[in-house]
Amino acid sequence: MSAPPLLALHGVCKRYGAVEVLVDIDLEIRAGQVVALLGDNGAGKSTLVKVISGVAPADRGVIEWKGRQVHVRRPGDARELGIATVYQDLALCGNLDVVGNLFLGREIRRYGFLDEMEMERRTQRLLERLTRAVPELRAPVVSLSSGQRQTVAIARSLLGDPRLILLDEPTAALGLQQTTEVMDLVDELRDRGMGVLLISHNMGDVKALADRAAVLRLGRNNGFFDVNTASQEQIIASVTGATENAPRRHTHQEAAW
Amino acid sequence: MVKGTPDTADGSRTGPSPASGARAAPRRPALARSLERWGAFARRRLRAGELGSLPVVVVLAIVWITFQSLDDSFLSPRNLSNLSVDIVGTGMIAVGIVFVLLLGELDLSVGSVSGLAAAVFAVLNVNNGVPEWLAVIVAVLAGTAAGAVQGYSFARTRVPAFVVTLAGLLTWNGLMLYVLGSSGTINLDANGLVAALTGYYFTQDAVAYAVAALAVALVFLVPYQDMRRRVAARMPHRSLRFVVARAAGLAVVAFAAAFVLNRFQGLPLALLIFLVVVAGLDTVLRRTRYGRQVYALGGGVEAARRASLGVTRVQTAVLAVSGTMAAIGGLFLASRITSVSQSSGTGVLLLNALAAAVIGGTSLFGGRGSTWSAVLGMLVIQSIASGMAITDTPAAVQFMITGGVLFAAVVIDALSRRSQEAYGRA
Ligand SMILES: Nc1ncnc2c1ncn2[C@@H]1O[C@H](COP(=O)(O)OP(=O)(O)OP(=O)(O)O)[C@@H](O)[C@H]1O
Ligand SMILES: [Mg+2]
Repeated sequence: MSAPPLLALHGVCKRYGAVEVLVDIDLEIRAGQVVALLGDNGAGKSTLVKVISGVAPADRGVIEWKGRQVHVRRPGDARELGIATVYQDLALCGNLDVVGNLFLGREIRRYGFLDEMEMERRTQRLLERLTRAVPELRAPVVSLSSGQRQTVAIARSLLGDPRLILLDEPTAALGLQQTTEVMDLVDELRDRGMGVLLISHNMGDVKALADRAAVLRLGRNNGFFDVNTASQEQIIASVTGATENAPRRHTHQEAAW
Repeated sequence: MVKGTPDTADGSRTGPSPASGARAAPRRPALARSLERWGAFARRRLRAGELGSLPVVVVLAIVWITFQSLDDSFLSPRNLSNLSVDIVGTGMIAVGIVFVLLLGELDLSVGSVSGLAAAVFAVLNVNNGVPEWLAVIVAVLAGTAAGAVQGYSFARTRVPAFVVTLAGLLTWNGLMLYVLGSSGTINLDANGLVAALTGYYFTQDAVAYAVAALAVALVFLVPYQDMRRRVAARMPHRSLRFVVARAAGLAVVAFAAAFVLNRFQGLPLALLIFLVVVAGLDTVLRRTRYGRQVYALGGGVEAARRASLGVTRVQTAVLAVSGTMAAIGGLFLASRITSVSQSSGTGVLLLNALAAAVIGGTSLFGGRGSTWSAVLGMLVIQSIASGMAITDTPAAVQFMITGGVLFAAVVIDALSRRSQEAYGRA
């Protein structure tokens, strides 16, 4: 193992009130690697994303960034590290327009005032890279279709050159054309050396895109797979719980990556 | 001028090369073409639930026509001039409320804060001989502090702001009574600074016209520069015709107002201050990072938090702005009657300020609105009050009519929100 992984989680736990949503989670993502995070509804995938992005900080466990332990307590911490997130619920401000949402929290200014033109120009360029059907940039985001909103959320995550991007079901609301476009984008990001954590219920996409797959079941690790060698049946069995992997063995498998 | 969202969206944007596009289109009369464009613009705004200031302007026109037909002294220079001064005190308070409404919250304490500030000023200046300028600063800062305390409590406890400020309503009112002590009514210096706030008029005609010209120049030059920059960068931009038409529209209103005001006593200082404050804060909301954060919080606190905005900081600052504006409004109200008493800041003041913001088109649901709605809403409310007074209608009828207008405004707000959402789902 040469360079340390971009992101590594060790023994991460998260509870909401009395409910333990995540227990002793391990995970590694390397640069230039797409890791699929799989699991049934309620397995804790989105919660894990929020732990990494600082929205719902971990109660226990260690997060390492490029081999160095870091504390991600707030969304700003993750952003500074270079972690960008597309949340399952998108987390857009419906009343702001597309440009406003993209640049929220990192507005470009000129003489102290917002530089709408420059922000609009960059938004246009980014969206053109992403899709052929660019939505109206000055329309409030509530007036866009769900698929267009998802495209906006993805575009926002690409702003500011992240090193790691977390995609929580990024294609759930997308049409065939847009899904292909996003999948091509993920491919491109990997080729440019970024790390990608991809949550998807579509095994076809996972098989086609991901290098590794990590399975969550009931808030625990339930197996790690090399997507190129593992069969689809093996992975599905792990997701549905037909094969219950003992927690101890994960760390070994993880180390063998 | 009034816009529902902080963006520059409108239907008159053209492609990167508008000139060539327009030339390629078949020749049609310019009027037909611009009518068509305005029609498409209006339809789009309507469909997107973005009526903006249109309903309130219609209501204002109806109110003015009605009262003018009942009594032709209603639109006299004297009455309009008085109207323009009467809207300022409550209007300042309404501007602060707009900020709070943009968060989707309510501030019920503004009446009490305005009374407290007036009392602090009167006691310091009249009873204790503190110089007026210092007493004004202390009074305004007292309002800022009261608002900041409420804002911080609201942000940290996440108790809805209307509850926190309801407690504030009682607390600040009690504090005002305590500050006034046994003084009862305090009369202000009739020749002082605060009295001049609503008593001073620029009697030279040139001042009103110069202010109008300056406003028109700004409303033309700022978008024009933006347009030039966009043309140079080959970006979509507004057409020159739109920029000119908007400035021309403002010119008609501004010079007509200047003409009417000059036929009475000239431009009132109070009106000038009010318009400068409203325009300045509108710029803050639409053109600065802080303003963008206020709108974002109104669009969704969780979304704003995930975009790593300092939610507590912005919420505290918004309530502090509201407290500051309430204090300033309180000084203008005291100036109008050159006295402060135990009833300052009580009664229908809070309700009028709230109603003005909502009637003017600021949404109760947060995230949509503009400081200009305080001006338009106050014009409607004060016009009804003044018309009623002129026509000797009992106050009971005045309350019912203002209530009806407020109800209509709330219904329009709710409907436009619904249609916006329905449009979004399509
Ligand atoms: N804010 C919260 N408060 C309490 N419980 C929560 C909260 N958020 C999530 N949970 C619980 O945590 C568990 C995991 O939720 P999570 O959203 O992470 O699942 P998921 O794997 O993303 O599912 P899906 O595939 O449906 O998106 C669920 O049982 C859910 O009820
Ligand atoms: Mg989820």
